[in-house]
Amino acid sequence: MSTVTTTTSVPTPSVGTGHTRVEGRDKVTGAARYAAEVPFAGLAHGWLVLSTIARGRIRALDTEPVLAMPGVLAVLDHRNAPHLNTDYAGLLGKPDPTCAVFQHDRVPHFGWPVALVVAETPEQAREAAEALVVHYEEEPHDVELTSDHPDCRPLDGHMPAVTEKGDLDARLASSAFVVDVEYSTPEEHHNPMEPHAATARWDDGRLEVTDSNQGVTWVAGELQNLFSLDPASVRVRSEHVGGGFGSKGVRAHQVAAVMAATMLQRPVRVALTRRQMFTLTGHRSPTIQRVRLGADADGRLRALEHRSVSRTSTFHDFVEPSAGAARVMYDADAHHTANNVVPLDVPTPTWMRAPGEAPGSFALEAAFDELAEKCGIDPIELRLRNEPEAGPVSGLPFVGRNVAACFREGARRFGWADRDSRPGVRREGRWLLGTGTAAASFPAGSAPSTATATAHPDGTFTIRISAADIGTGARTALALIAADALQVSPERIRVRIGDSDFGPAMIAGGSMGTRSWSWAVKEAAGELRERLALGADLPAQGLTVRSDTTEAVGALGPAERHSYGAQFAEVAVDVTTGEVRVRRMLGIFAAGRIVNPLTARNQLLGGMVWGISMALHEEAARDRASGGVVGADLAGYHVATHADVPRIEADWIEDTDPDDPVGIKGIGEIGTVGAAAAVANAVWHATGVRHRSLPIRPDRVLTAAAGAPDA
Amino acid sequence: MREFDYRRAYDVAGAVALLDADPDTRFLGGGTNLVDLMKTGVERPARLIDIRELPLDRIEVTAGGGLRIGATVTNGDLAAHPEVRRRYPALAQAVLAGASGQLRNMATVGGNLLQRTRCGYFTDVSQPCNKRVPGSGCPAVAGEHRNHAILGASDHCVAVHPSDMAVALTAFDAVVHYETADGPGELPLADFYLPVGDTPHRETALPAGALITGVTLPPAPVAAGSRYRKVRERASYAFAIGSLAAALDIRDGIVRDARLAFGAVASRPWRATAAERVLTGAPTGPETYAAAADAELAAARPLPRNGYKVDLIRNLTVTVLTELAEEAAR
Amino acid sequence: MALSTSSVITLKINGEKHTLPVDHRTTLLDALRERLDLTGTKKGCDQGQCGACTVLLDGRRAVACLQLAVAAEGREITTIEGVADGERLHPVQQAFLDLDGFQCGYCTPGQICSAIGMIEEHAAGWPSAVTEDVRPQAGPPPLTADEIRERMSGNLCRCGAYVAIVEAVARAAEAHTNASDEDAATGGTKEAVI
Repeated sequence: MSTVTTTTSVPTPSVGTGHTRVEGRDKVTGAARYAAEVPFAGLAHGWLVLSTIARGRIRALDTEPVLAMPGVLAVLDHRNAPHLNTDYAGLLGKPDPTCAVFQHDRVPHFGWPVALVVAETPEQAREAAEALVVHYEEEPHDVELTSDHPDCRPLDGHMPAVTEKGDLDARLASSAFVVDVEYSTPEEHHNPMEPHAATARWDDGRLEVTDSNQGVTWVAGELQNLFSLDPASVRVRSEHVGGGFGSKGVRAHQVAAVMAATMLQRPVRVALTRRQMFTLTGHRSPTIQRVRLGADADGRLRALEHRSVSRTSTFHDFVEPSAGAARVMYDADAHHTANNVVPLDVPTPTWMRAPGEAPGSFALEAAFDELAEKCGIDPIELRLRNEPEAGPVSGLPFVGRNVAACFREGARRFGWADRDSRPGVRREGRWLLGTGTAAASFPAGSAPSTATATAHPDGTFTIRISAADIGTGARTALALIAADALQVSPERIRVRIGDSDFGPAMIAGGSMGTRSWSWAVKEAAGELRERLALGADLPAQGLTVRSDTTEAVGALGPAERHSYGAQFAEVAVDVTTGEVRVRRMLGIFAAGRIVNPLTARNQLLGGMVWGISMALHEEAARDRASGGVVGADLAGYHVATHADVPRIEADWIEDTDPDDPVGIKGIGEIGTVGAAAAVANAVWHATGVRHRSLPIRPDRVLTAAAGAPDA
Repeated sequence: MREFDYRRAYDVAGAVALLDADPDTRFLGGGTNLVDLMKTGVERPARLIDIRELPLDRIEVTAGGGLRIGATVTNGDLAAHPEVRRRYPALAQAVLAGASGQLRNMATVGGNLLQRTRCGYFTDVSQPCNKRVPGSGCPAVAGEHRNHAILGASDHCVAVHPSDMAVALTAFDAVVHYETADGPGELPLADFYLPVGDTPHRETALPAGALITGVTLPPAPVAAGSRYRKVRERASYAFAIGSLAAALDIRDGIVRDARLAFGAVASRPWRATAAERVLTGAPTGPETYAAAADAELAAARPLPRNGYKVDLIRNLTVTVLTELAEEAAR
Repeated sequence: MALSTSSVITLKINGEKHTLPVDHRTTLLDALRERLDLTGTKKGCDQGQCGACTVLLDGRRAVACLQLAVAAEGREITTIEGVADGERLHPVQQAFLDLDGFQCGYCTPGQICSAIGMIEEHAAGWPSAVTEDVRPQAGPPPLTADEIRERMSGNLCRCGAYVAIVEAVARAAEAHTNASDEDAATGGTKEAVI
């Protein structure tokens, strides 16, 4: 036995200084293994068969000839699949039945999983899956979202559907300036670069799943519930995750893999194709949003209404809460917001980076730009005049609301003061130039997590937490947190994540991962340091301290906790070809304590790239006739390329959350919020045309230039 | 993907003999289109004949200053070749505007001419498509057709040809050379692609069993100042929604020779012959260029959601011809 | 003629020969990942639409998902596992690591292989779609940020790490140019860099 003291020389704090990623070398050398890359002896390959109708029932599946094909081991469908339990509430509520595969003969959307073909090789599985003939009884379907759809209804999500105060009509009638406009955003897909993949196997009575997901204990819990298993008998690991953005939870492929592994008693991998991802991994619903703003002569809001309509599936509720942004950002005497849904014959939408805020901020912040134009007030000044004292709906105090500071710093660096507010007057060759701005906010929160910190006799430490690194640099950030708590250099810290055996922790989602995990890591590491300082014995296997933040997080008082930002964009528009190019962009954020500036800047910039992509490119074309997406691939669904992204900048101002042990707020989503609005507002400034439907495609710019006053 | 036989050919005669007019056999060049279509089930060949090793990978200057381009020259090599860039810069620009660096290093000239449409209904075997399954219907006419044809289409098919390269080749009167078991043959590119009519599944006039061996470009001094301009829905790595290859020979303010071809407007690269007739002999200037575009686009039959292409092509024509005239005047 | 649907092939990967039977349907990408345990080459779309599977074939960048393994016989294949010099990272890898040219890391091997090939293409004088004048010039066009962006556009990064990737590629390309200049001055070779 030996004792280790950690206090001989206290290194400079690690949090707040840039560190390259601890797994960076593995990622640039190809050594980092993602879910589909972990080898297993005796691995079989499953291939999902998806419906080619949008509504109806399966009449028959011709499985006999498929079972006779080379290498085919099994075909699973609703006739032979094990029964699943779906009557439970998991971490994020009741399960989306899309993941409860093969339980009945109903088909509720195009691309619904109807069978799994398992074979010795992926080539055999694919060919056999494609050869499987499925007979359907087809029924008429409806996939078209309209704001006056008869089935449109308000729906609570993680916030109430409707908030109302004051007499809207009266306040609008007495307003000096009124903006009354409708915006729309299209169906969008996460499209992480790594397709969803999972390998399931039984090992000594335990179900082991090697997966790519945003929360291992979350997925483990879902599988345990679905298959009615003992909690201790399920282990899910997810070492490296090639992007998630909200799409990597429990999905059809993990469930199908578990079914096949159980049936065949050998490891089975199910990997989704890019095309399958378009129906099986969720998406962001299209939205139709009406915004009405009424202001007095000096631009102060008297009336605000934001109504959003999104769609859900016919079998599971999900709402894109686009009207939520206004509940945080702006107050008015009359303040009405509502999130509505229309159930349609489509896959259930889900959380996608900045759910609600991404489309909601586009509508609200574009409407503010229109109000600024009407009032003849600078868009930044208009926002500063409407800074609320307290939560417009909640009445709760704000914890660190630094919107104004973001705008001041951003305006200075972007050169906003020199801006000529007139639209359509700057030309450079074939390009019309314009600039735009928008405000951003995203909730900051913590969720209960557990972690362990272990001191080893060699002077190193191991942190274990079932966190997920989906590209955020979580391992590195948590190493810095632990290093400071232990008062050692981060090189002495090993962080192990992505294993459900490490105990429950928050998922990588809601911009809450790093904040929630850091809390637990800081507690465990801090207590470990204290025990070592008191001279605790250090056995050969090390000394381990466990933390659980459930109580501490639960004790947080109610308040309006958010990250904020100010987005700026300059665009060039060629109205003769319809091309829009972003020339430069700046985002200034107040997002709490920044743990690792190197990776944080990258992540905020990534959010802004999502904004560019949303403003100009992204759109899934849902075909009315078939109910499916036309061009369900990365050539048909455009995301921004290198060439679409100029030198953009992200930076932050001093900010903290005094109620968080580290002062973190969260940076995963704030970079996206408002970015599309800033681009759209800049397009108006360049051309004088308001584009209220995203994406701002060449055909829309051309059509607008050809005559229509507003697109 | 169906199982298939694979053979590698080392000379043209051997390749043609292997093909044996078997409709289930395909030549494999770079594979950038064929292998993709095999994965999606659009193509299900029983045998592939790999022609990448054929001695058709050279670019030569012909007597008189034209070019002979072998069928297995990659797009990357084509666009990098000094003689292509010097004599037909629009061809280099067109190739560089297509796909990505990786794909250009794989894709071949012969394969590029034969690439299939990117219509989302064609590439999804769960959907009807007259081009893929004759008689099954064309959902694009009433469906997603924002990037479909405005010229030369029919009720049976409104898909567009995706090639950029072929647009430039069309503008410069390229001739396609092929080999069959009965000997060699050639087809002007203008006659290479068949009209859509009610047979959209028949795309080219290439005889059954033929192997494209190369393309020749006749000498065209006018092409030395040529230009290709492409518009797409993102800045790079996307198919065109409208494109144009153009060259003007201007003397004393009068257009003496004009070459003009449009991309992403029809089932084939569209040589704008009506526009060229208006341009030839006319004074330079935006009115002339607009009149030329209008003459060509008079035949346009846009669908409900692709009428913008008429404006786009008209604008592109005026802009690019103006640029060319200004450069000629310098 | 007899049909056979599989072949025994020998692939030369990172200087090493691998002999294996393959189903003709097997792509080079699947051969690397599923058969040879070279999983550094990533499968993002399997359709040539994302660039995550970029490798070097005979020194030129190509997508492994559209390359049949059987048709890759006889070619020099370089994957991300083969670009470093032993423990010493390739300058492009080092720049990605130092400048945080990635987030989730899934597109990264493809970006790096693509950048290595791209830098060579540029050094050879190849123009791009944003090169002002494609007609032959005395030397390569300046490798501006816009040139890098256009030439790298075949590699999608959904995390949106483009800004840092372009910085990393620029840094590595600059080092490559300087090394080439020095080589020219000293009569050395470029082997040390690529």
